[in-house]
Amino acid sequence: MRDTPWLRKSEPLVISAGAIAVALALFGLFCAIAGANPFGVYGSIYTAAFGSSSRIQGTLILASPLMLSALCTALPARLGLVIIGNEGALVVGGVGAVAMGLSLGTSLPPLLVQTLMAIAGMVAGGVWIGIVGALRHYRAVNETISSLLMNYIAIALLNHLVGGPMRDPSSLNKPSTFPLAAANMLGNLPGTRIHYGLIFGLVACGVAYVLIQRTTFGFAARTAGGNVRAARIAGLPVGRLAVTICFLAGACAGLAGMVEVAAVHGVANESLNAGYGYGGILVAFVARHNPLAAALIAVLVGGIVGSGGILQRTHSLPDATVLIFQGIMFLTILYSDSLYGKLAFFREQPVDIPPDPTPAAVETTV
Amino acid sequence: MGAIPTNFYGHCPLRVSSVNRKFRRLRQDLTCSSPNYDGRTTIICSIIRILESNAVHNRRILSLSRRQVLRGLLATTAFGVTAKLGTGCSPNGAGGGEAAAGGDEIVIGFIYVGPRDDYGYNQAHAEGAAGISSLPGVRIVEEASVPETAAVQETMRSMIELDGAMALFPTSFGYFDPHILQLAEEFPEVQFLHAGGLYEEGVHPANVGSYFGYIDEAQYVAGIVAGHMTKSGKLGFVAAKPIPQVLRNINSFTKAARSVNPNITTQVIFTGDWALPVKEAEATNSMADQGIDVVTCHVDSPKVVIETAERRGMFTSGYHANQADLAPTGYLTGAEWDWTSIYTQYAQMFLEGKSLMNGEIDHLVRGGLADSFCKLSPYGAAVSDEAKAAADAARDQIIAGELVLYEGEIKDNSGTVRVAAGQKLEQKSVELESMDWLIEGVEGSVGS
Repeated sequence: MRDTPWLRKSEPLVISAGAIAVALALFGLFCAIAGANPFGVYGSIYTAAFGSSSRIQGTLILASPLMLSALCTALPARLGLVIIGNEGALVVGGVGAVAMGLSLGTSLPPLLVQTLMAIAGMVAGGVWIGIVGALRHYRAVNETISSLLMNYIAIALLNHLVGGPMRDPSSLNKPSTFPLAAANMLGNLPGTRIHYGLIFGLVACGVAYVLIQRTTFGFAARTAGGNVRAARIAGLPVGRLAVTICFLAGACAGLAGMVEVAAVHGVANESLNAGYGYGGILVAFVARHNPLAAALIAVLVGGIVGSGGILQRTHSLPDATVLIFQGIMFLTILYSDSLYGKLAFFREQPVDIPPDPTPAAVETTV
Repeated sequence: MGAIPTNFYGHCPLRVSSVNRKFRRLRQDLTCSSPNYDGRTTIICSIIRILESNAVHNRRILSLSRRQVLRGLLATTAFGVTAKLGTGCSPNGAGGGEAAAGGDEIVIGFIYVGPRDDYGYNQAHAEGAAGISSLPGVRIVEEASVPETAAVQETMRSMIELDGAMALFPTSFGYFDPHILQLAEEFPEVQFLHAGGLYEEGVHPANVGSYFGYIDEAQYVAGIVAGHMTKSGKLGFVAAKPIPQVLRNINSFTKAARSVNPNITTQVIFTGDWALPVKEAEATNSMADQGIDVVTCHVDSPKVVIETAERRGMFTSGYHANQADLAPTGYLTGAEWDWTSIYTQYAQMFLEGKSLMNGEIDHLVRGGLADSFCKLSPYGAAVSDEAKAAADAARDQIIAGELVLYEGEIKDNSGTVRVAAGQKLEQKSVELESMDWLIEGVEGSVGS
């Protein structure tokens, strides 16, 4: 048997593990130069990120908004679109959710209000990125640049609404909206301090994976991403696909915004614009736009970000150290991308072109 | 996968030529040679460059394809922007025994929203923290660049659980609600002291306290210096947001300058956010172009404003911390926080066993120049003796309580009387705490 599935399947694992090992070595070198013991630092990062149940909870809390916002880049990427409007969609989703939550107040049961808030956030974010998709398809506006610029519009809109029409007059020095009713806030998972946003993130990643890999819709999207002309000739509705995928992508980021306001802040204010959207872009690229991998990478990023404190407090490294670690880690992972199919060990041996005489002989004998 | 290539990075030949041409034109339009281009344009340019080369056929150099590099660059660009996402929380089980040890010493945690050396808000607090680290029996733990999200809750939690902190100073305004309030409920034995003056009796937990300074008193004195030093009679104020704290500084600075010469005006520009270096530089440059010759600011880090103004030959008046070494010729003075004295007082009270919970530490502490909550930077070389004398006199009057900053009649810049004749507004009056107007002589508006 020349076909060795285990060998092919192990290729990504070996390459990823190798990339992480190289990143750790480079980062250790950096730490040594900065005057810290690399092995002590590794130990601290591990214990700070995953060392105990409480630390794992902290990591997951930081990871959950990244999962959702990563999908905003990962989904359109399967269609060949590079969307970086995550931050804007997240902000708009948060504002939409708050608007819904405040207008409903306590008139409905909390579960219903929460559902409607989630829908409002998703629709707001979805429409936001849907506009980008529509501009791309109908007016040929470059989607990367329009989504980037939409971020600035969204943040300006947030600042305007929070400082003007939606402002709670008692929020003097940090303009914010009126707070959501306490009953409408998303709670924590039983026995933990992790809010339900994590479940939303995991479910969304799972659904996105099935949608892209296991449905005809996903197949059509991937086809159009591979070759638009071929997809058109095959009769696929490329425009509708683009707008739909962009809507879904924006809806994920919008849901992240809803989680931020309904589980963490309780109001919409400038803290919504905290960089989760940009973090999501990073996660999506490192995960090679695979939704399931995005969930894992988000946890990894959450862990790295979460270990920043110990580097400052125990090892007296500067506060930017954790960013350097992230940077080295992601550069090596992205670089390792180029090694796929290059390592002789994993390469499938080319099947000999001249037909083996033996099977032919077998055939004739049968 | 059959005849249809499913590599989603691949671009069909149709796109390559037309898109390539379009990018080139767009890039020419945006050519970064104009002196006024800003960071945003740079980002767009680099993205165009990336996309442009994405359109180049997938050609791999043996080790590393060009696209690989560019994708890496795009991701790292995005990564750079995540700086705000920052160095979130920190460890709980980490570090083992070495941290929580230490017999009788008390551990105090400081948390900053930005870097400790930002020449601004965070540096002022970090200098205050450094001031108490030398006290016997006190150990401080610090964490910088912690965003106002769930991350700060994780940081506080780990300072308590791992380092054994008995008091925390989370210094950013936005840490208070909901982050400090939630943690305070959870850890009733730990004291949380927040810079911002937000504590409300009966509403907030007993282990939460609040302190803040009337730095507009220092801005008033700086305004006296500015009023004496300006030749054009035009002052500039680069501000982040039209919120009460900022408006008080603008109004006090302007009022003081106009007490020197009633024809002086202050041009205010709101950038819209706390840290927008590009906009801050643009604002400063446009002020220089308008003939404004003294500039001050209220943004998180005044570094860019001060440096730009120095290059343009303007006088500068600092804020938050001392920026004198950024502007050796033009730096006049500055309104600085003086957290060292406050933090020392708190640390001493902790050492004496006083606490917020037993009522021996006040929950709400505020003060101005008289209570050493703020101070003036030492006068720069350019400041005239006359200006120094006038400023010193104003400072002494404020400290002695003889000078009330907001004493009627005061009009806003649309002519409406805001403080009636004979009315004196104390520093803690509600009218000042919720100020939403600009004083007569300010050019600008609070509307967003």
